[in-house]
This record gives sequence, structure tokens and C-alpha cells, in this order.
Amino acid sequence: MKEYTEKIREIAKRLLNDGTVDMVIGFRKGTLPMMNQPHIATCTDSADELMWDSNCGLNLANYVTDRKEKIGIVAKGCDSRNLVTHVIENKIKRDQLYIIGIPCSGMIDHHKITAMFDTDITSVKESGESITISGNDFSKKLIKQDVLCENCAACTHRNPVEYDELVADLVEEQTDVDPYESVTEIESMDAEEKWNYFEDLISPCIRCYACRNACPLCYCPTCFVDESTPQWVGKSQDPIDVRTFHLLRAFHCAGRCTDCGACERVCPMGIKIREFTKKLNKDCLELYGWEAGLSLDERPPLDTFKTDDPDEFIK
Amino acid sequence: MKLIKIDQQNWNTGIEKAKSAYRVFGPVKEKNDYEFKVLGTNEMPDLNFRNTRLSPKSIIYPQSQVMFTYSIDETKDDCRIMKEVENVTSPMAIIGVRPCDALSFPIVRRNFDTPEYQDTYWIKAYEATTFVGLACNSACDTCFCTSAGTGPFGEEGLDVLIIKDGDDFYTKIITPKGEAFAESAGWGKKEQTDITAKIKELKTAAEASVSSTVSTDKLKNKTILDLYDAPFWEEEAFACINCGTCTYVCPTCWCFDVQDETHGKSGIRMRNWDSCMFPLFTHHASGHNPRNNKYERVRQRFMHKLKYYVDKYDSGIQCVGCGRCIRLCPVNIDIRKICDKMNSFDTESCKCEATSS
Amino acid sequence: MQNPYLPYPVRIDEIITETEDKSLKTFKFVFLNASDEDKFTYESGQFGELSIAGLGEIPIGIASSPVEKGFIKFTVFKTGKVTSYLHAMKEGDIMGVRGPLGHPFPWETLEGKNIVIIGGGFAFTTLRSSIISILDPANRSKFKDIHVIYGARSPGMLLYKEELAEWAQRDDINMNITVDGTDDPDWKYLTGFVPTITEQKAPPGNDDTYAIICGPPIMIKFTQPVLDNLGYSHDNIIMSLENRMKCGIGICGRCNIGKEFVCKDGPVFTLSQLNNMPKEY
Repeated sequence: MKEYTEKIREIAKRLLNDGTVDMVIGFRKGTLPMMNQPHIATCTDSADELMWDSNCGLNLANYVTDRKEKIGIVAKGCDSRNLVTHVIENKIKRDQLYIIGIPCSGMIDHHKITAMFDTDITSVKESGESITISGNDFSKKLIKQDVLCENCAACTHRNPVEYDELVADLVEEQTDVDPYESVTEIESMDAEEKWNYFEDLISPCIRCYACRNACPLCYCPTCFVDESTPQWVGKSQDPIDVRTFHLLRAFHCAGRCTDCGACERVCPMGIKIREFTKKLNKDCLELYGWEAGLSLDERPPLDTFKTDDPDEFIK
Repeated sequence: MKLIKIDQQNWNTGIEKAKSAYRVFGPVKEKNDYEFKVLGTNEMPDLNFRNTRLSPKSIIYPQSQVMFTYSIDETKDDCRIMKEVENVTSPMAIIGVRPCDALSFPIVRRNFDTPEYQDTYWIKAYEATTFVGLACNSACDTCFCTSAGTGPFGEEGLDVLIIKDGDDFYTKIITPKGEAFAESAGWGKKEQTDITAKIKELKTAAEASVSSTVSTDKLKNKTILDLYDAPFWEEEAFACINCGTCTYVCPTCWCFDVQDETHGKSGIRMRNWDSCMFPLFTHHASGHNPRNNKYERVRQRFMHKLKYYVDKYDSGIQCVGCGRCIRLCPVNIDIRKICDKMNSFDTESCKCEATSS
Repeated sequence: MQNPYLPYPVRIDEIITETEDKSLKTFKFVFLNASDEDKFTYESGQFGELSIAGLGEIPIGIASSPVEKGFIKFTVFKTGKVTSYLHAMKEGDIMGVRGPLGHPFPWETLEGKNIVIIGGGFAFTTLRSSIISILDPANRSKFKDIHVIYGARSPGMLLYKEELAEWAQRDDINMNITVDGTDDPDWKYLTGFVPTITEQKAPPGNDDTYAIICGPPIMIKFTQPVLDNLGYSHDNIIMSLENRMKCGIGICGRCNIGKEFVCKDGPVFTLSQLNNMPKEY
């Protein structure tokens, strides 16, 4: 990953110096292991803080919404797909962006790794395909592939789909993975089992809205849960309102979600929020052959009409 | 103060006995983490936790709390008149409160229990509660309690402090409330003084395990406007996604919203935790928002905890060093880093700070 | 322990539409329990939380004066969810009021002083309360010269028109009523923006003269330099602020400006105080 870091800094400095961009958005090292921080570099000094490793799982497209400047942005496969979605939805112009493409080999799951150890992890070091986790009185080597975020483990778009420059050669895409394994499992449940499954899933929710706010798709000026005239959703911990929030948010993301996993990564309560969005992604794929953010030239299926759209659900 | 020693068996029978006089809360492992829950019969607090994911504040101050009920039935005499909900709180005891979280209650009390106004809901729940603390024998990497006015063996805000040594529970009875709890648990016949040295030894080791510190000594000397106008806010706030995680997991964040909810002809007026991270928090009906930008909201949170509170009450910071916001912030905004920036901020030299938008 | 969130039940006794665009109405409330009126002992400058079951609460300055007994009055601008609902309510309807809340204007300091009351638009409510209090026969001798500068967009947008006309006839108060503009040939008062009229009509500043200003931000922004030029010290300029509020008693945490809560530590502040506070209002 050191090579990626060096290349990102080199590109960022060049772009800032020659005036191609006003800023470069990337990651800088966080204060805790496995926690990097989105960072905005506006000069060569701050460009030297930019870095890359397997803890850059937040989606940086979230940080360019409605910005007016010329922006250099570091983008792995999923970020690039959300940038495409942003361009299609007029949240940014393609020519405002200089996309620094990251061929990605997946991000590691800090929730999972933290849960593997009883004591604090003080350092996480990567070397090729292995990750060494250390604490005050232990050190353990893990295979990166075993501790990838679920969405990364089943990702079929690791390379950026849209970029102006790459930091490294493209990586091989995974082909023998099934991103919808858990969806298929849930689909086979009966209605009551499904209900209980989802009720249990969201029961720890504290309505902090981290999932919504980390999501590049959730850019509405006023979210439906915050609207007061009329008020659509109650603001308390009433399960009806909590449920309404999660279900409606998922539907708002239908046909737009790139399964970047930001929602799940940021949830302080460890809720597997992607269980909602994945089902809709699967439906979009099956009904419309659609995966979000792959092309600047095609509108998402739910804002277009085609005469051969499937209509079996209309009875 | 009284010191007693309890063995595992006495501990278990004591907790069980106490349940007849108190609603007993304790840490329980739920899914992947620990939460405070009411303990049922034969259910013991699981003391193998480092700290609970959420602080125990919600036991005293629930995230959603009904304040009043009302009817909008025009045929009734009391139509549209607010009626207080019954607010008699039976005795509660929280077992396993970490000293950091314990300190949060006296900190928060300054807000809810003022000379002019008393928040009856918070005060009644607080007064009905006995806080049975559990000393930390070793700190987490994100703990900075010793910089925040307490420590792994801190006693402020506690009625009882338990120090665990192997299978033994060294028990410090701190207040009359604690005395009453020990009595109902059937503990405390025999005072024990020969464990004092051992406790001191554990305490020293525990304090030494706190690896993280922040400086707060110079916060008081700077003016509010100097810190408010400091150049680092925009850069430090860039990553923030304005979720409510930091405020909701914080034991000392107390802000709330009031909402009416009507179902059919009857309704409730309730309060729900709110967060200064949310744009709506300060949004005027006219559309004007005095904290319209993200960095202004981030600044508000840190200024409140580290400056406004300090000045308003001429006290320490409104933070107990539990480290939850550091561990759970999705974008790694670290209060230790911000606090150090504020504390070391020098108005004269601010011009060399790099700023960005 | 008294529950500070519990509103006193009140009945809407009278509703007066104040302005030609009907965006401002004055609500006169009578307490359902007479003893609640004694608990609601207030001074001019304070506010109350108007409470409508099912809708919520709104902080509104008290427009009546403590010398007016048997009722309390609030003038409300229709803007959000609660105020829109309130505007549609009828005389006889039951709702609630909490208060009095916040600090009044500093009446002890103002005793024996000249007072210049400057108001604009619909921010004249607590100023009306103040004028009624000052003009009360029991109080008038406590103050020296009273000047009022009050402006609105047009004659039809002025609040309390009958009272304004009455005060204009008196010789113990110097009224300067102005509108931004009008084509009414019968308009007998002034034309011009509040800052301009202040420049022309306000007495010069000195230790014995205080200005109380309430109005829209734009009016305040342009009036302040005028007062500076007239020699008013910032300790002698008194303002009343607004911020989004819920509890009204300094507990819910949303209306702070620096370490001060607008609801509990304000809403009345001197300009000197505001100079040392963040501009978060």
C-alpha cells in the first residue's frame, strides 16, 4: 500500500501545483488503528498527509455533493460508481472532477477484527495479503481475504469505472462470488420469519443517522424523517418509526446503491444495514439487468421507462 | 466510608437479594457488545466487560420519554389540557457503572437541577438510583479519564465502588444510599481494613495503565471568541458526516427535542434526545439557521464541552474521558486531538495554521 | 418539585388581526385557573411558551403589560407549523402557556433614565408591553424622556394601530411612527427607514439615556452605527434576541450563543455583552 500512498501524494501535489484542481479529497491516517479519516488537501503540505491502506472504506463521493470547486478525488471502485451516480443526478459535474483511480483489493472489516480480540488493538500492519494485528500482549497474523468487509469480499467492481489517472495497474476482478447469498437466504423465509429477522436486525438502532449521513446517495436537503410540515415519521424510539426510517431509506436508494458498505461501516451499533439495500440491488439486477454507477450514459431504471420493463408485479 | 470484602457467592446472593428492593440494572452481553439491562431473577451482571457500548445515561434519561398526555376529544372537559404522567420512580440500582460514567451524572446534574428550574423527570430518576461502580483495573487505549477529572478508581458520582481482585469484590461504601444498598444485599456486617494496601496497589497499577492524556489547563485562560474564531475548525470538521453518534453515545450530552404525537383522540408530549450535529437543531421557523455549516456544528459540540461548560460553571470540562465518541465516530474525529488543539491554541501564532474549506 | 414543562391551561378570549396581510394576530388569553395568573407574574421583555396539544410549543414575547390585569396577550406571526395552526384557532379554544420565561428589560437600571424604544416590523410586542408599563400613572414618573421610533413596511403592517394613535396624542411620550413607503394621502406620520428616522429623531447618547432595540436583523445592523454616531455606549444599547427554542428554561440545550442560553440568560442582552459572544443568532 506504500506505493499507492506515494503515488497519491505525487499526483495530488502535481494537480494542486499546476492548478488542475483546487483541492484533493482523500484519506489521512486516523488516530486509531483501522480508522482513517477523510481529508481535504489544499496545499502540498496537506497533500503529504494523504495515504492509502485497507482502512479507506468510507465513500468519498459523499464529500463532493454540490461543491463548486475543481476537485481531485481518490476513488476506489465503489467511490467511482457513486461519482458516476452523482454526475447522473446532477450533484457534481464530471469536468469538475479529476478522479484518481484506485484499483482496490478490498477493505478490511474493523468491526469483525475488533470483535476477534478481548483487548485493545494497538496496531494493524499490512504486508501483501497478510495483516498483522498487535496489542499490548499479543500479535496475530491474519489473511486479508478472511477479514474483508462483506461487501468487499463479494465485490465485482474493484477497479474504478471512471477515472482520469490510475495509481497502479488494474486488479483482477472477482468472478466466482455471490453478492446476494444472504438475500437468497432471507427470500426463502416465510413472512413471519422475515419480519422477525428485520425487527431483530434494527433493534439496536439509536437513530443517529450515521448510515444515512455516510451514504453518498442521501443528499436530500431535508430528509423525509426531518420534515415537519407534514411530519411523515415520528422522532422517538418507537419501533414503527425506526422501521419506517430504515425501509424508506433503503427504497430511496433502490437502483442507485453501489453496495459500498459505508452505511454498515459507520453504524455505531453494528447493524447490518446492507441487508435492506442488497435485496433491492438484487431486484434491480434481476428485473432490469442494472447495476448502479457503471456508465455515465445510462439513466437508472427507476427514473426511466421502457416498454419492455417487467410488469409481472402489476396484477 | 466503609470497606468490606465480598466473595463470589456473597456477591451473587447479595445481588439477588437486592432485587427485592431495587430494580437492578447491570451490564449484559447483547449481540457483540455490552449494554445495561434490567437483570431478571438469577441473572447476574456480567462484569467481564471493558465498558458498555452506550453509557448508562439512558437509565436516568431515556432516549424517548413521555412527559405529558392529552386528549383532543372536544367532548371531554380536559380536552387539550396537558396532564403530567405519573412520575414516581421506584428505587433503582445500577451495578457496574465505570467511574468515568459515574462522574457524568454530577456533571449533567448542573444542567437538569438548577436553582431556578428543576427537571422533575431527570431528578426523580436520579434520586431514586443507587450507583454501584466498578473500578477499572486496566484502561482502554481510548480512555483518558485521568485527564478529565476522574480515574479508573474514581468515586465521584458513586454510592458504592467495587474493586474486583480475582474472585473477590472489595467494596467501598461511599454514601448513605450505598449503605442502604449494601444492607439490602445483606453485605457489610464486617468491616475490613486489611485490604487497603491491596486496593492502593491495584489503583496505582490501573492509573498507570491509562496511556492516553489530554491537557485542559489553558482552556480557561482563553476567551470564548478566541477559540471560536480559531482557524482549525473547518479542517478538523471536514470529515464529519453530522450524524448523532458522538452525542448519543456521550454520557454527558443532554440535549433534547420536544415532540407531540397524537394517535386518534389522545396523544403524548415527549422528549427525545437531540443532537447539535443535526442542522435542524438550531433551524429557525423563518428558514434562518445560525449554525448552517457543518464546521459550525462541530465547533459547537467541542466548544460546549471544553469551553462554554468550563466557563459557565467555573469547573472542569464537560467530558469524562470515556472515549466512546473516539471509538465510535465513523470518521475518526478525536476529541483528544481537538482538545489539545484548543488548549495549545495561541492567538498570536494562529496565522501559520493551514486552513482549508 | 414543580414540573417546569407543564403549561397553564388558558382559553383564547379574543383574537385580533393586526395587519392587513393577516400574518399577525394578537391572542388574548385568560387563565382557566385564576391562581395560575398569580404564578404568571411577569415584567415587560419576558416571553412565554405557547403550547398547543398535538402541535407543540413556540416561544413568543409577552405583548401585554403587567399593569393589565385579568389576561395576557401575545402577538404571533404566522410562519411555522404551530403558528399556522394557532392562526386557525377560534375564540374559546383551550391551549396552554408556560412562563414567564427569560429576563425582562433591565427596569431597575432604566429607572430615572431617558429611554429610546426602537422597533421594526412585528418585533414590537415586548416594546408595546414596555410602553404600556411606562405610561401607567404609577410608573411614568420613574422615567425621564421616552422616545419611540417604530417602523413597518406600510401603514397596514403596523401593529397596535389604535394605541399608536393614542400615544401620538400624548405629551409624555415622543412618538415617531414611520413606514418604509406609502401612497396613502392621509398618512400623517413619518416616511423612511428606522435607521434614518433614528438618526433624525433620537436624542444624543449619554450615561442617562438607554436604547432598547427590537427588529429584524437588517434593521438592527443599520441602526447600530447610527447609535454609535449619536454617542450611545454599548452598555446602554439593549437588545432582545431570538433563537430556536424548545424548553425555554435553559435545559434542552439548543438556543445557546456561546455559554449563554437565549431563553434563560437572555433574551435581553446589552450590545456590550453581545460583542463578546459568538454571532450565532
